[in-house]
Amino acid sequence: MKKLRVGWFTFTCCEDSTILLTELFNRHWQEWLKEIEFVHAKVLQSHNEMRDMDVAFVEGAIASYEQAAKLKQIRALSQKLVAIGACACISLPSSQRNTFDAAAKSEIAPFLLQFHQNEKVQTLSEIVTVDDTVQGCPMNEQAFLNVLNKYLKEFEIKSP
Amino acid sequence: MHTTNLDLSLTEITKIEGTATLDLKIREGTVTECNFGITEMKRFFTTAISGKPILAVPQLVARICGTCSNAHLLCSIKSIENGLGLIPSPQTMLLRKLLNFGLIIRDHGLHLYVFVLPDLFNRDSILAFDENNPVEHELLHDCFNVKEVGNKLGIITGGRSVHAPFATLGGFIKIPTKEELQALIPELKTIRPRVLHLIDVFWKCQFKQDINVKFLALTDKNYSFLDGVVKTSDGETVSQEQFGERLKRRIIPYSQATGYFFGEALHMVGALARINLNQESLHPKTKQAAEKALAVFPSQNIYHNNLAQAIEMLHAVDSSIDLINEYQAEPEKPQALRHPGGGQNGLPRGGENTTGIGLIEAPRGTLFHKMEITSDGKIKQGKIIVPTGQNQIGIEHAIREYVTNNIDQPKEILSHEIEKLIRAYDPCMSCATHFLKVRWK
Repeated sequence: MKKLRVGWFTFTCCEDSTILLTELFNRHWQEWLKEIEFVHAKVLQSHNEMRDMDVAFVEGAIASYEQAAKLKQIRALSQKLVAIGACACISLPSSQRNTFDAAAKSEIAPFLLQFHQNEKVQTLSEIVTVDDTVQGCPMNEQAFLNVLNKYLKEFEIKSP
Repeated sequence: MHTTNLDLSLTEITKIEGTATLDLKIREGTVTECNFGITEMKRFFTTAISGKPILAVPQLVARICGTCSNAHLLCSIKSIENGLGLIPSPQTMLLRKLLNFGLIIRDHGLHLYVFVLPDLFNRDSILAFDENNPVEHELLHDCFNVKEVGNKLGIITGGRSVHAPFATLGGFIKIPTKEELQALIPELKTIRPRVLHLIDVFWKCQFKQDINVKFLALTDKNYSFLDGVVKTSDGETVSQEQFGERLKRRIIPYSQATGYFFGEALHMVGALARINLNQESLHPKTKQAAEKALAVFPSQNIYHNNLAQAIEMLHAVDSSIDLINEYQAEPEKPQALRHPGGGQNGLPRGGENTTGIGLIEAPRGTLFHKMEITSDGKIKQGKIIVPTGQNQIGIEHAIREYVTNNIDQPKEILSHEIEKLIRAYDPCMSCATHFLKVRWK
């Protein structure tokens, strides 16, 4: 039986939406096991692959060149990419350092240099095309379920 | 003589909260490099809260971590209330305990069922458990049924199980009805035997690695997680105020998180430390039902951290039932905030700055918040020390010791066992990388 090939990725954030996902499993795991194949979901499984996906759900903001490169790779591998939660959609609160005053920016500058962080933290849509967003900090659960169900139908896993 | 040479890089350790890496180098049978790095990007929360109104700070610092969120929320509230000299009402304390017990059930449940159980059954994921195998079938269903009750307890008391919006300085902006909480008692009673089964699974687990560390935990007579004094495994008692002063920072150049020693000692915080130091304060029904498992403690086996977490889940269930039965749902608004300097509502008149300390037991161990509050109700500076920061150096030591003792094992076995060992500590990388060192003046 055909399943929706899903990737769940996390960048710079607190992973609150990942936690909500694990709680949504409490109520939906039996249907999702039949409908979804997790190609990549580090929180759920050890064996993860970077390969073609129907939908990539991406949580977190982008804070480094390496993260931006990985996001572009995810974009290239996925037919649809959904930004999950506030950090992915509007970059806050992870981008709070973007608006620090000069003294605070000077204080954190050595850390940014040492760990190869970019000068500014960015949203996903500043780097790649985003097909859908699920706003909220953490993500709005119903909005996530709506987007997931939309793609389950669009990819003909569920009948419309 | 060993001749083993090996380079091992684990770039994405799975089934943990957040991102960590390990670089291991073995030359001629000797571990020459063992670098456990936390690679979550720093988000500088302690810098960001500087100048923020105190009312906004607990919800902001909750965003340090998705899974420990309500622990940061409660610890931040405690630090600011302590600074202001605000004493929460008994009902507020009861609701905070329930919120925290919901977190313990949900968060330990996530760690034990989703992250650790696959290691016991040689499965890639809890989702790969065999529905046709009666044991695996049972645990698969238990996983989601048990976690959901903890999730609901958080939602009913706090408005959400992650970043609970109802908990605030001085109380709760909305309190649950008696009926809403009473409706959870049958569900708590339903999961109780399932949690006992989980205890049994981890009691029978044969994984073993002893760690030679000092154990530390905040302890009180009700095993509340939220109050008490710090005890150490060598018999010392440390006040909440002294605790932060005794932790010594250690810069780890390859990690975005800072490590800590307790004085000169390598120490460990978390469920294993708590049960080692305070098992007599567990709920009486928990002590009775888990007697066989509790006999294992005190233990130095890091894998008993998993067993300790399972026992704490039972304590959370038993304690929550009692607290719900006590709850009267008296109408109550959050207390007005009054700075020691004079005014109300976070806008005091003049006066000196004040400093408050919050110390609680988060699911992964002792969590420390220290906030300096200005006379106009804002944060001047803050310091936050998280459990994973305290355990980070110990994790690296344990990995080095494991590899040294198993130097001839193939790379695949080493990788698998190292990941298992790291998971036993239940580290949280999001928490560990929130901050910038504060030069406390």
